[in-house]
Amino acid sequence: MNILLILPIIIPFITGIILILAWNNRPFQRAFSVVGAAALLIAGLALLRDVWQNGIQVAQMGGWPAPFGITLVADLLSCIMVILGGIMVLSIGIYSLMDVDKGRESFGYYPLLHILMMGISGSFLTGDLFNLYVWFEVMLMSSFVLLVLGGERNQLEGGIKYVTLNLLSSAIFLAAVGAMYGLVGTVNMADLAVMVQRGEQAGIIQTLATMFLIAFGIKAAIFPLFFWLPSSYHTPPAGVSAIFAGLLTKVGVYTLIRVFTLIFILDVGYTHTIILVLAGFTMVSGVLGAATQNEMRRILSFHIISQIGYMIMGLGLYTPLALAGSVFYIMHHIIVKANLFLVSGVVNRLRGTYQLKKLGGLYRVYPMLGVLFLIPAFSLAGVPPLSGFWAKFALIRAALEIDSYLIVAAALVVSLLTLFSMTKIWGEVFWKADPAEHPETEENPPLSQLAYLIIPIAGLALITVSIGLFSEPFFALAIDAAKQLLNPAEYIQAVNPVVGGSL
Amino acid sequence: MEVLLAVVVGILYAAGFYMIMRRSIVKLILGLGLLGHASNMFIFTIGRVMRGNPPVMPHGHDVLTQPYADPLPQAFILTAIVIGFGVQAFATVLVKRAYQTVGTDDFDQMISTDQP
Repeated sequence: MNILLILPIIIPFITGIILILAWNNRPFQRAFSVVGAAALLIAGLALLRDVWQNGIQVAQMGGWPAPFGITLVADLLSCIMVILGGIMVLSIGIYSLMDVDKGRESFGYYPLLHILMMGISGSFLTGDLFNLYVWFEVMLMSSFVLLVLGGERNQLEGGIKYVTLNLLSSAIFLAAVGAMYGLVGTVNMADLAVMVQRGEQAGIIQTLATMFLIAFGIKAAIFPLFFWLPSSYHTPPAGVSAIFAGLLTKVGVYTLIRVFTLIFILDVGYTHTIILVLAGFTMVSGVLGAATQNEMRRILSFHIISQIGYMIMGLGLYTPLALAGSVFYIMHHIIVKANLFLVSGVVNRLRGTYQLKKLGGLYRVYPMLGVLFLIPAFSLAGVPPLSGFWAKFALIRAALEIDSYLIVAAALVVSLLTLFSMTKIWGEVFWKADPAEHPETEENPPLSQLAYLIIPIAGLALITVSIGLFSEPFFALAIDAAKQLLNPAEYIQAVNPVVGGSL
Repeated sequence: MEVLLAVVVGILYAAGFYMIMRRSIVKLILGLGLLGHASNMFIFTIGRVMRGNPPVMPHGHDVLTQPYADPLPQAFILTAIVIGFGVQAFATVLVKRAYQTVGTDDFDQMISTDQP
């Protein structure tokens, strides 16, 4: 059994438990949270190295062979997601040292952050549908508490909407898993893939595929199931917003990619066309929603939705290049999106508001902050040579190769509107004259006093620039991940050599 | 038996969705609870309702005695009930806090997070 597969789950778990035990020792909690986050990132990198060299890695929990026990599986996509999770929690862990107030810290902010990571890593690594449901619930429960921790009015209102829609999604997901078991008698994903490909009872399988699409679609915030996202993501502190914006919806995207490349590939013309249409609507409705908003984090929240559209688009097109584009897009997006939320948190800290009307003139006082905003903002819009350009380039080229001109048009127009939104934030927050009069000395602390906030922002910006300038290794990784996804036999063979050998 | 259970599941889903779409947040909690029950009953029903021997191999045999009952749907339901209980407890407290803070239990009044 490969111990590396368990580490990304067990490290956040142990970190969380130790942090709970040290409940009253805040200095220790702050330091140890960063250590645990760094350990998670290192474990992710070690896992990627192993999978890169030796192919898909499998661990059978409790020594029960698949499909009887719970299987953990790490292919390249899982590894990439775990690493991105590690980068996120490390950045947010550092950012929170200054961003999160004492009240939240003493009510268990750091333990929750790590338990959340346990749920997320578990979702990425599990090879079992019911186990995936359990990891989802671990992740959701901690995200519920993180969202409303602090108990402000906005948070509670947003929290109710978030909790309701996510519980609804869980109920649908659970019912779909149960029906799947009733139909084919297994919940092991590799085993399911084999059973479903026999093509029996294709009608019911198609219905179940749609149920999974709805359940994961709510979590990924695709059209028309995204309404919970822009009414909740802007309510908690900026660090929490950032990790939600970066990671949580992407767990939904990951599971969509997983089940619709491994299990439900019987009738690609039907299911994946639905996904492609939804992708187009998701992009357009998200970006148009953003255009009407005047609050910095609400604009960014709507952009999450439109960006989800691009990731789903690659899945809908279902070619190697398109899926590689999706994987690359996820890598680019998680880092860029979280970074934009982090910058918005710094803006709020300096000026006390997220409302565009009340902000202004920040570039004059903090030119460096302006640059740090421009890097992720331009990357999000897809300006070369930043990471977003290559992601969009791959997706659009893949769409052109199979003559899907409508989705290309949608993607390009949405890209332009994204640029419009970003220049709107830039113009309102950084460029226009400051509407309020600030005494020069009092309210303008130098950025060096905000080191804990600036270091993660600069780090993530550096990653964005590196992915953009040296995109080849990253793209090669994405291509290999896509190849693995499009060849389910490899996955099945790794999980269950007996069944896989007979394919 | 299956028909009866199927009808019950349908009623539970309908009642759950109806309650979720009411304006009161208290009814929302009831609706979420009903939906959870509906899912559990659904798994129970679709996992084949039948009388059978316990899925334990008798001493000295290496196959199960036919017909045997499948324990897995029950295991799923048990897990889901435990998780659902925790989530339900959290949601109840959340609704209580929201009522205390916002001062209303009417969803139409809770729109401050949806203002542009």
